[in-house]
Amino acid sequence: MQWEVVIGLEIHAQLATKSKIFSGASTAYGAEPNTQACAIDLGLPGVLPVLNKEVLRMAVLFGLAINADISRQSVFARKNYFYPDLPKGYQISQMDLPIVKNGSLEIELEDGQTKVIALTRAHLEEDAGKSLHEDFAGMTGIDLNRAGTPLLEIVSEPDMRSAKEAVAFMKKIHSLVQYLGICDGNMQEGSFRCDANVSVRPKGQEKLGTRTELKNINSFRFVEKAINLEVERQIELIEDGGTITQETRLYDADRDETRPMRSKEEANDYRYFPDPDLLPVEVDDAYIEQVRTQLPELPAEKKARFIAELALSSQDAEMLTAQKELADFFESTVEAANGEAKLCANWIMGELVATLNKSGKDISQSNISPERLGGLIQRIKDNTISGKIAKSVFEFLWNEEGTADEIIERKGLKQVTDSGFIEKIIAEVMTNNPEQVEQYRSGKEKVFGFFVGKVMQASQGKANPAQVNQLLKDKLKS
Amino acid sequence: MFEKTIAELINDLTHKTVSSVELTEAFLHRINHSDAEYNSFITVTTEQAMQQARQADQRLARGDGESLTGIPLAHKDIFCTKGIKTTCASKMLDNFIAPYDATVIEKFNQAGAVTLGKTNMDEFAMGSSNETSFYGPVKNPWGKNHVPGGSSGGSAAAVAALLAPGATGTDTGGSIRQPAALCNLTGIKPTYGRVSRWGMIAFASSLDQGGVMTRTAEDAAILLNVMAGFDSKDSTSINQPVDDYRANLNNDLTGLRIGLPKEFFDEKLDNQMASKIQDAIKVYQQAGAEIVDIELPHSALSVPAYYVIAPAECSSNLSRYDGVRFGYRCENPIDLEDLYKRSRGEAFGAEVKRRIMIGTYALSAGYYDAYYLKAQKVRQLISNDFKAAFEKCDVIMGPTTPDTAFELGEKSQDPVTMYLSDIYTIAVNLAGLPAMSIPAGFVNDMPVGLQIIGNYFDESRLLNVAHQYQQITDWHQQTPAGIC
Repeated sequence: MQWEVVIGLEIHAQLATKSKIFSGASTAYGAEPNTQACAIDLGLPGVLPVLNKEVLRMAVLFGLAINADISRQSVFARKNYFYPDLPKGYQISQMDLPIVKNGSLEIELEDGQTKVIALTRAHLEEDAGKSLHEDFAGMTGIDLNRAGTPLLEIVSEPDMRSAKEAVAFMKKIHSLVQYLGICDGNMQEGSFRCDANVSVRPKGQEKLGTRTELKNINSFRFVEKAINLEVERQIELIEDGGTITQETRLYDADRDETRPMRSKEEANDYRYFPDPDLLPVEVDDAYIEQVRTQLPELPAEKKARFIAELALSSQDAEMLTAQKELADFFESTVEAANGEAKLCANWIMGELVATLNKSGKDISQSNISPERLGGLIQRIKDNTISGKIAKSVFEFLWNEEGTADEIIERKGLKQVTDSGFIEKIIAEVMTNNPEQVEQYRSGKEKVFGFFVGKVMQASQGKANPAQVNQLLKDKLKS
Repeated sequence: MFEKTIAELINDLTHKTVSSVELTEAFLHRINHSDAEYNSFITVTTEQAMQQARQADQRLARGDGESLTGIPLAHKDIFCTKGIKTTCASKMLDNFIAPYDATVIEKFNQAGAVTLGKTNMDEFAMGSSNETSFYGPVKNPWGKNHVPGGSSGGSAAAVAALLAPGATGTDTGGSIRQPAALCNLTGIKPTYGRVSRWGMIAFASSLDQGGVMTRTAEDAAILLNVMAGFDSKDSTSINQPVDDYRANLNNDLTGLRIGLPKEFFDEKLDNQMASKIQDAIKVYQQAGAEIVDIELPHSALSVPAYYVIAPAECSSNLSRYDGVRFGYRCENPIDLEDLYKRSRGEAFGAEVKRRIMIGTYALSAGYYDAYYLKAQKVRQLISNDFKAAFEKCDVIMGPTTPDTAFELGEKSQDPVTMYLSDIYTIAVNLAGLPAMSIPAGFVNDMPVGLQIIGNYFDESRLLNVAHQYQQITDWHQQTPAGIC
């Protein structure tokens, strides 16, 4: 039987505010346990939540970026359950009236096709603390630093048909929230994580199969692996005559499997009701328009501009705009290089990305600034150095030995265009290799490359290759 | 000295006929000497009170006193007090010391008031008789085998027994007005959102409102002037200027339109009570007020709606008492579930457990629409009733309670009967309106309370209406016989 895979994602993006969603405590990551939890975060008797207005702005900004409806009135509700890292015994979230509804986002598939994914909603909520099971023999430690950290939960429709599409969507959202400056996107620290709802159905069938929910996956690679594993498991189970149980499952990367969470960890009856400590959140058109003016250029717009104004290929533009920092780096480089967008794109996506990958860094940690890379590209363009020499200059730049000009100067890497000097080398090479000269002259033109190599070697790579070619041809003929 | 009003004591302090230290010492002595009879205090803050009194005297000597500098007051043990135990009369919080002051406490401290101690109450403010307190029931100074009402029963008994000239309370379904009525006091529950709930331990967040209990309307106005106001720490607090509540106390009542809802004078009201209320209304008529017959057709639904909404909110509000971070924790829990079950099972009293269970049920999947949502719709209908009524009248009057104070133990085994003792007060909380109870006479030597309900933010008028009555009558000046 032919199976169709159906996937919907719930993405939790931690909003990049300085303080928590309902208290003034800091949200900075990595502090000593419980040093960033105030009376409100601890759920002490008598405390009350007050909404951090910045959180609202960020949610509206996101809603506008996905062309969604912004609710003029949204309501915070209490999701009630007991857990030691949930201080109040309820999580403040949004249920019936979320701030953002009915958005959409276009993803690009591997074959270059595009697909529109619908977003059901995005709502605001507070994060819980952390339970620490290690380090406390027979006991559990509770760290409430994370309690009350603002989250935007972004929920898609079940519109994706493969793990690859799911990853493409997740990457798109990841890129978008960083473009908007509302989330740092740091997946190791849990700032961006995802639950995947997965089901399968016979191809052609309209009715959705029973879904399972894969919880808390925090890397693109794991999302793909977890979904593929779960799809395989479901198909196998159904083909063996079994039925899928609707349940929450964990992806275990070490054992490369998904397995059901213990029933106690599962959702029961959360007894949602509107939080009487918080008034409904009202936003008016003026507010929405004011937030709209803060919308930065979004990836799709940027890509279109790169193609139209900088004459990049669609593929190059897509790659460069996937990450805001990369796009920014590229634009700064172009500016420093005084144009030469194509050359800049090639150097960034080629040499720079390869070097970054090799050293395990991302673009924000690059040893080479856009200004220095632009400086290098200028010297390539004006023939001060050859492409080959440029690669070694790049290495010196990476080792932070100065600007391209300083390096070229100090190391004497300037391309030689003095034809007298090149002719002198050619003469020497011809004198030292009479046999090859004879071969060339008797029609064996393949040895031409041999001469180019020798001349370049003798000039320590500095001779202008075009000039070397021209002069060699002249001399060998005569 | 103990019979003096706050207004008189302020005058004495200003004219230095008495010092705050003298005053505070006298009240503390009186509490230590006679509160064993009433059990109105959970904590007496002797040292802190004396320190505050000494500071107050220094300020008074310098002539830079605030409105309440040197005046001793008692606070319901539901308001968090920095460094002083705040129990909510529960075993759960028997060891709880808040690291912050409630906004109400902060305001009284800034106004220079002296805190005598924290008063007894029904556990987590759930009760109408003060019998659910972990620290034992409070006795009514007007009859020691009678209840003082609840949940602010300790504050009521303390003021009635002249252990404090005034006290704070909270009112979720009548918890200020009912004990004020049963103890012959003036009590005011302001408009929802007028007094900050920050640091006031939540029972039912959408209904809870802080207020005061005093012996006169003028005193209530003095205290409310300090207490009321917007607080950015409470999202439900309303950002609207606060009236000077003393400014209109002496306004003439000619032309005042008093609405009498027929639903407040039905067969549930005791006949003798009814005649006392009618007497009070005659006094108002003689003072120039007009009577308007009004209807509050949905008032019969207020008790059932309340007993869905309040428990629903309480079931969630009380989830934080889990034995994990503060408060009571059971001994040697074997696992997490055991920790939860025994900590909560051992530390909550029966009434609190009952309401948590009712509320949990009402919010459960499959019941939410039938109970919680329906109750919210009823709540809206009740608000609409009042809105329509206030188009015809300026204030609404009726009894505060269907009966005078009942005997200890009389209703404690029958929750529904107990809940019905709040039939006249609950609708006001559901609508979020301000209301008062003032002394209006006695039936069989037990006090009767007249309830006056106002429109939103009309506290100033309520206090004026109450004050004028107290210029004509002297019910409020009566004190219980047996007190020393």
